[in-house]
Amino acid sequence: MDDILTLSGVEKRYASGHVALHGVDLAIRRGEIFALLGPNGAGKTTLISIVCGIVTPSGGTITVDGHDAQRDYRAARAKIGLVPQELATDMFERVWDTVRFSRGLFGCPPDDAHLERVLRDLALWDKRGSRLAELSGGMKRRVLIAKALSHEPRILFLDEPTAGVDVGLRRDMWALVRRLRDQGVTIILTTHYIEEAEEMADRIGIITGGRIKLVEEKAKLLATLGRTELHLDLAEPLAAVPAGLADATLSDEGRRLSYVQREGSMPIPQVLRIVEGAGVTYTGIETRRSSLEDIFVDLIGEKA
Amino acid sequence: MNLHGVAAIYKFEMARTFRTLAQSLATPVISTSLYFIVFGAAIGSRLPPIEGVPYGAFIVPGLVLLSILMESVSNASFGIYLPKFAGTIGEILSAPLSAFELVLGYIGAAVTKSLMVAAVTLVVARLFVPYHIDHPVIALAFLLMIAVSFCLFGFLVGLVAKSFDQLQTVPLLILSPLGFLGGSFYTIDMLPEPWATIAMANPIVYLVSAFRWSFYGISDVSVGVSLAATAGFLALCSSILAWVFKTGWRLKA
Ligand SMILES: Nc1ncnc2c1ncn2[C@@H]1O[C@H](COP(=O)(O)OP(=O)(O)OP(=O)(O)O)[C@@H](O)[C@H]1O
Ligand SMILES: [Mg+2]
Repeated sequence: MDDILTLSGVEKRYASGHVALHGVDLAIRRGEIFALLGPNGAGKTTLISIVCGIVTPSGGTITVDGHDAQRDYRAARAKIGLVPQELATDMFERVWDTVRFSRGLFGCPPDDAHLERVLRDLALWDKRGSRLAELSGGMKRRVLIAKALSHEPRILFLDEPTAGVDVGLRRDMWALVRRLRDQGVTIILTTHYIEEAEEMADRIGIITGGRIKLVEEKAKLLATLGRTELHLDLAEPLAAVPAGLADATLSDEGRRLSYVQREGSMPIPQVLRIVEGAGVTYTGIETRRSSLEDIFVDLIGEKA
Repeated sequence: MNLHGVAAIYKFEMARTFRTLAQSLATPVISTSLYFIVFGAAIGSRLPPIEGVPYGAFIVPGLVLLSILMESVSNASFGIYLPKFAGTIGEILSAPLSAFELVLGYIGAAVTKSLMVAAVTLVVARLFVPYHIDHPVIALAFLLMIAVSFCLFGFLVGLVAKSFDQLQTVPLLILSPLGFLGGSFYTIDMLPEPWATIAMANPIVYLVSAFRWSFYGISDVSVGVSLAATAGFLALCSSILAWVFKTGWRLKA
């Protein structure tokens, strides 16, 4: 597989003595959307800041598209765009000036046509003359995205891009991220909205306590760790589960039959055939696929 | 060399300067004018000339120099402290810029502003007292060197400062007294002993002396010594800065 970003043995011990990252190994594939999930304080921002050169690693190496992030920092950083978690902006600057500043800062000659496209994509074009102090939080967030895209990065870090953003804008951002991916940009995002990762990501990484616990294709993660619950409302109460369905459970005084299907266990249609074969009639049927959120809570919970 | 990056920082800083142009120029102009009214016109007219130079003209180089020192330190320190304070330093640290390029952008803008203040102060001084400059090229070169050195120094102050109070401390607590006693208003040999000897430990004395020499050809200490002292200060600030960037001290966690 073609990896655009690799971290090996990346460690961070802050001056306070706190170890935020314990030898992180991670490889990000070219062109994917990678979601990094983890509870508060897991080390997500620390990891991103190290790759971007804002925090000095205590150990380990990082390679960005073939360039060592320390020795060859110019080439490495020119490829990266970062939308930081904190909404820090130069309050007195105007939108247009601040995106032009970012583009220049990253060593690119002016290209107003590109910047206009970026601002239009983010519905900021009408606000280009406004001072940042006059913008709402969601708009400031979009300005930060515009700044990060101003130099046409190949890798885009989005550190909680949709925190404090309304539903409509969140949908717009997802659409934007997909468009960027279609243009070949690799995207690494952190989020506390699991649905966001479920909706967007190709692969998912889970980090807790400064250690990567798991990296997996989203589809595979859902398939292997996911489960489907089946609930049947029975016409007549049952005294015992039908023969051949030892894993099923009865509740509501025998009126409700439940079954949880995991990878490798009996598929739901077969369960239904057995139930019908046993002459049991049901009046209601309900199935629920577990979401990434359930999986996430399970994983974090059991490791915590 | 990331010239676009250097230019971006320079323009950003100059835009900040022009946004506050009125204040940035008014402060030095008003304080210098007050000095000229009090010491140049009012008291100066009663004082005998010093080494053939009328007192009002005598104090011009020193006052211009002092306003440059204050301006350089406060402007450069503010320039780097602000992004640290506002949290926008992250973008600058994540840019493909070397430490040299970063400093070049900030210092370039701070020096430009200092020279603008110097020019305005000199023009204002001309309104109060007639003076002339014997060696204008040397005066300009010296001014530039001073501005660069003290902007570097100010940049260091801004890096080290953890609060706005600390940012004010260096100009107020160190620079003002050293500047006031730096021979702007008198020659060192006018001081009684032991103050004349003690004064020689004040680095500002060397700067004022050399700058005044470029105006009137009179000096307390030899121009060579002054130049060497300034160059030494410049080298010191540069090497401390280089170390700061190498280690990321106060810049990166
Ligand atoms: N500058 C710092 N000095 C000392 N400790 C720090 C510093 N920055 C972060 N930490 C600590 O490192 C750990 C990881 O922090 P980090 O910001 O990377 O977490 P995160 O996963 O991004 O959390 P969140 O979801 O809340 O944004 C936390 O325990 C935090 O307190
Ligand atoms: Mg974070």
